[in-house]
Amino acid sequence: MAEIEGGGGGGHKKGGKPKSKKMSTRVDFTPMVDLGFLLITFFMLTTSMNKPKTMEINMPVKEVTEEEKQKVKASQAITLLLAENDKIVYYFINDVTGDPETPVITDFSNGGIRSTLLNKNRELLNKANNNNYDSIPILKEMFKNNQIPEDEMKKRIAGIKANKDALIVVIKADDKAKYKNLVDILDEMLITNIGRYAIVDITPVEQELIKTAMAINPN
Amino acid sequence: MSKVKVPRKSTTVDMTAMTDVAFLLLTFFMLATQFKPDEPVTVNAPSSVAEVPLPETDIMTITISDDGRVFFAMEGQQYKAELIQKMCALKGVTFTPEEVKNFSLMSSFGVPFGELRALVNTRVEERAKFQQKGIPCDSSNNELADWIWQSRLTNNLVRVAIKGDQNTNFPVVKQVIATLQDKKVNRFNFITNMTTESVEK
Repeated sequence: MAEIEGGGGGGHKKGGKPKSKKMSTRVDFTPMVDLGFLLITFFMLTTSMNKPKTMEINMPVKEVTEEEKQKVKASQAITLLLAENDKIVYYFINDVTGDPETPVITDFSNGGIRSTLLNKNRELLNKANNNNYDSIPILKEMFKNNQIPEDEMKKRIAGIKANKDALIVVIKADDKAKYKNLVDILDEMLITNIGRYAIVDITPVEQELIKTAMAINPN
Repeated sequence: MSKVKVPRKSTTVDMTAMTDVAFLLLTFFMLATQFKPDEPVTVNAPSSVAEVPLPETDIMTITISDDGRVFFAMEGQQYKAELIQKMCALKGVTFTPEEVKNFSLMSSFGVPFGELRALVNTRVEERAKFQQKGIPCDSSNNELADWIWQSRLTNNLVRVAIKGDQNTNFPVVKQVIATLQDKKVNRFNFITNMTTESVEK
């Protein structure tokens, strides 16, 4: 660095000719550093590093003729009715009679809908002799830790989603449900590796079903 | 005997290096910062384990507040200017170039088309006080559908993101989704916050 030792910032030397003042060229940087760090602090606090995340939803095309509709095995499907106060009423369709079975009330806690979905899915896969227990979040985690290559991850995720024997979920939200419930249930689909699900409008029959189920078991 | 001279060292430290570092960091943070556009409503998005980041360009955001008002925003100034002109043509209204410019600088808005001119002409500082009723999206007067359709005509790569508040009632969301489906948007994104919730096997 170019610096000239000024010896205390100049001034008359004792008993000499009055020389021209030797000014130090040194600048005190302290205030500048202060300012710099103040601004850094400001920008650090205002910067939000975490970008918002999104979940992608594919809805079916609206005008679908009856022939185009895929018929699914009734026993393979579960219908989730999102009710008020973060409750879920779910029911299966009886394979033999084709009637809905007794609805059950559950919630979004860990032991609630998640274990139901996981158990049912496992049961169905076991029945079909298809022990595909891959999990999408775990595969992603493994990919992040370089345990599996990207191709394998994508292939295995596609395998999970396209599994023909897996559970199919029909999501129907009641008018009293909150938006949070919808996002939460879609989140559960991701966590429980259910690739085939649909958001469908609720029918008046099902609204009645929620009411009766709630009346029997208010908690 | 000569005394051992203790050299008088200067106590000043060379600040140059520190300044360099400080300003380097400052530059980094200044460039990395993106100021949040002021939104007419604060929305508390629900959390999820989804990890897909939101694209920054080619996106329109439909915000639904907890009291069920619908807001619309589109990225890109040039697209917004084009969009408002298309909307004006559709509604048979003309906006002055000044108003078009104001609109293209505006972020999110949620007023019926009839009140848009008043909102656009409100000074930026006073816009927060403007009572925004939300864009009508019921079956009798679905202006949201027009906005979506004209946006897609303006920028055909545009993607739709829905940002709803946790406590929004489902019928409003249903109405918005139905509107989107009506306009043949069958693929859209829900904006969520990240959770740290661990995933079970």
